[in-house]
Amino acid sequence: MNFALEARGIKKYFGPVKANDDLDLRLQRATVHAVVGENGAGKSTLMKILYGIYQPDSGEIFVNGEPVTIGSPDVAHRLGIGMVHQHFTLVGPLSVTENVILGVEPCTRGLIDYKFAEQQVREVSNRYNLTLEPTDIVESLPVGLQQRVEIIKVLFREARIIILDEPTAALTPAETSDLFRIIRDLVADGRSVVFITHKLNEVMEIADDITVIRDGRSVGSLTKDAATEKELARLMVGRDVMFSISKPEVTAGEVVLNVDNLTSESVSGDQRIENVSFSIRAGEIFGVVGVAGNGQDALEEAVTGLRRATQGRIELMGKDITGLSTAQIRAMGVAHIPANRTATGLVMDFPLSDNGLLGHQYRSIFRNGPFINRKAVNEWINRLIKDFNIKAPSLNAPAFTLSGGNQQKLILAREMVHEPRLLLAVQPTRGVDIASIEMIHKALIEARSRGVAILLISNELDEILSLSDRIAVVYSGRIAGIGDPASFTVEEIGLMMAGAGKEVV
Amino acid sequence: MSRFLSIELIRSCIRIATPLWIGALAGIFSERSGVVNIALEGMMLAGAFGGAVVSLCSGQAWIGVLAAIMTGIACGLFHAVVSLRCRTNQVISGVAINMLMSGLTIFLMQILFGNKAQSPTAPRVLEVTIPWFDKIPIIGRIIFEDVSPITLIGLLLVVVTHIILYYTRWGLRMRAISENPQAAIAAGVHVHKLQYLGVITSGALAGFAGSFLSIGVLDVFTKNMTAGRGFMSLAVMIFGRWKPFGSLAASLFFGYAMALQISLQEWQVPPQFVEMIPYFATLVVLAFVSGKVRPPAATGKLIDR
Ligand SMILES: Nc1ncnc2c1ncn2[C@@H]1O[C@H](COP(=O)(O)OP(=O)(O)OP(=O)(O)O)[C@@H](O)[C@H]1O
Ligand SMILES: [Mg+2]
Repeated sequence: MNFALEARGIKKYFGPVKANDDLDLRLQRATVHAVVGENGAGKSTLMKILYGIYQPDSGEIFVNGEPVTIGSPDVAHRLGIGMVHQHFTLVGPLSVTENVILGVEPCTRGLIDYKFAEQQVREVSNRYNLTLEPTDIVESLPVGLQQRVEIIKVLFREARIIILDEPTAALTPAETSDLFRIIRDLVADGRSVVFITHKLNEVMEIADDITVIRDGRSVGSLTKDAATEKELARLMVGRDVMFSISKPEVTAGEVVLNVDNLTSESVSGDQRIENVSFSIRAGEIFGVVGVAGNGQDALEEAVTGLRRATQGRIELMGKDITGLSTAQIRAMGVAHIPANRTATGLVMDFPLSDNGLLGHQYRSIFRNGPFINRKAVNEWINRLIKDFNIKAPSLNAPAFTLSGGNQQKLILAREMVHEPRLLLAVQPTRGVDIASIEMIHKALIEARSRGVAILLISNELDEILSLSDRIAVVYSGRIAGIGDPASFTVEEIGLMMAGAGKEVV
Repeated sequence: MSRFLSIELIRSCIRIATPLWIGALAGIFSERSGVVNIALEGMMLAGAFGGAVVSLCSGQAWIGVLAAIMTGIACGLFHAVVSLRCRTNQVISGVAINMLMSGLTIFLMQILFGNKAQSPTAPRVLEVTIPWFDKIPIIGRIIFEDVSPITLIGLLLVVVTHIILYYTRWGLRMRAISENPQAAIAAGVHVHKLQYLGVITSGALAGFAGSFLSIGVLDVFTKNMTAGRGFMSLAVMIFGRWKPFGSLAASLFFGYAMALQISLQEWQVPPQFVEMIPYFATLVVLAFVSGKVRPPAATGKLIDR
């Protein structure tokens, strides 16, 4: 029996870090093969090897039974291997079409045939209901749509083997089920899919086979029918994982954030909120849920001062902060976990230590006159790394060498440890493994117990429902429903998210 | 009024602008490939020198122009190797080329002509008048009558660069590389190769722009004759938002400021004041546009592989 793709004994070390340490993967033709494992287990590294971005230190790769050397992504394309990266590899200022055709541009007489390309993009977009406009500029699209551009890119290259590195991390449940429909269509077409995710329910829904990776080694290879979520979790983490959260009773304190009749636009200009009012008390988690692109960005940017509101008031502890700068707002005790960790959360080229310091560099404990007190900073970062269980090569390693989940944990650590009054957490568990989700949720609950007011914006309905004391559903820039999460059924929330709720005017 | 907008003034504006926009095109090819090219000044100077020397030796102005382009290519290759292969800071490499060329041209003049300041007179590219086109009202007199062929080729190059940048594979890949090289690599683009190509093309164009100075408007090479035009080309490129037509427009703006300066000098305005005009215009313009222009995000950064 030969496999669409087979990897044997793959090893890849980054200095002392054993990212891949004897990994095997067997992808059967026309199936979905899920690869699961904790943050930093080595999943992305293996995929980058299969896609020719990294060269393995040792090991063999076979495509359709033939031994191959994948020296570059170009070779991967020729072998029919396509990949959607965990972190988008899109060129922001270019259009959807330009991004899709980059590297494989259709040309007639030396000139790019944009008409043909646009038509193709539109066709794929329509076929899979991706609702992308070929001429839209990519950086103006919300994260969910950017993801779809990545998918079209792979489809446009006619890949037979498609690697999806955490494609659902940034998607809403509805978008995810759309993606699953697409994946099923692809498999029905005879294509084979490698699918990486941290969500075990997704594995159970879509996968045929499963490979579990821990610390760079394959620790299990099983079929879906033989697997259960609990068992997968145990294989991944090496211990039993709790799936439910216990929330202690907290009596909410004074009002920390008061948003009054706020109207604002997002920096990218494609989202706005209109006449939004709500308030959050100390010791309260206020969850905002909605389909991506319904004003969440605008709200996030207005509250953090990244964008000046056009109308209305934002008050922090009774003080008007509407016109203040981000630095001033932060200094008043607002912490921010941004939705896009690579763009707004971290400086990817900076070492870990500097990233951990960002935003706190003015604090006297980190200063030595006009200089940064390196010793204090390093001690501090070491504590963050320990407390938040961040896996990193070294303090001086640039942020991009951390695995996605560990990048997220670094931001979380940086933002949470200074005891903010208000924590604005946007998609805090995006791309994070189950053990870390457990940890992050715990950390949020603990912060709440200590009296931090938390504004939680997330596409994960489960997350919002299990953590929040009160929720607001946003649709088209307005609050479609607000109240105790228990007062809504999941169906009602779903309807409001889709714009069909009863509260909508 | 006619003092500010006469046909003569516009003709002189175009003459002054020619090396600036060709230089800006040179800048575009390099910067859109992700490599900062401060070396434009030195590349132009080298081109001007190579053009004059070969024109003098061969007696053929056009062979001189070719030599100027080749000299520019050599400089481009040097810049590419130093900044891409040796991974030196691109600004430092550029500054080094500028200083090297300034000294080297003077040194070679001393050896070749025994005169550090100026070369002997060399054959120059003569102006032409394009039949039929010169009969077009106003435009004909401005750009088709008694015009340097280098200016006309330069105009053509603006169109060609625009087409390359926006309608060809190479152009799309360049734009991608300068914004997000990792994305280009992931899409299977040979980033390194294209960066070499971009910087070398940049050198060729800078050399060509240089030839206009020594054997286009003049017929001699004088020491450091570029006098900041390479840097001004960079300003033109920025003002033109890294776009060919934008750069053409920007160069005409600068050209106009300088042409006005020259004509005002005859007009008994204090020369110290008048000489400020182009530089003052540069500052004003940069102050107004710089908030709005966004340079290619990844230009000047080392790409790790
Ligand atoms: N370029 C690099 N240089 C140094 N170390 C690296 C590099 N790339 C990855 N690593 C390290 O290799 C290990 C595996 O990383 P990888 O990105 O493959 O994990 P992952 O399983 O995809 O995790 P996640 O679920 O968080 O995305 C991590 O410890 C990471 O820090
Ligand atoms: Mg990963």
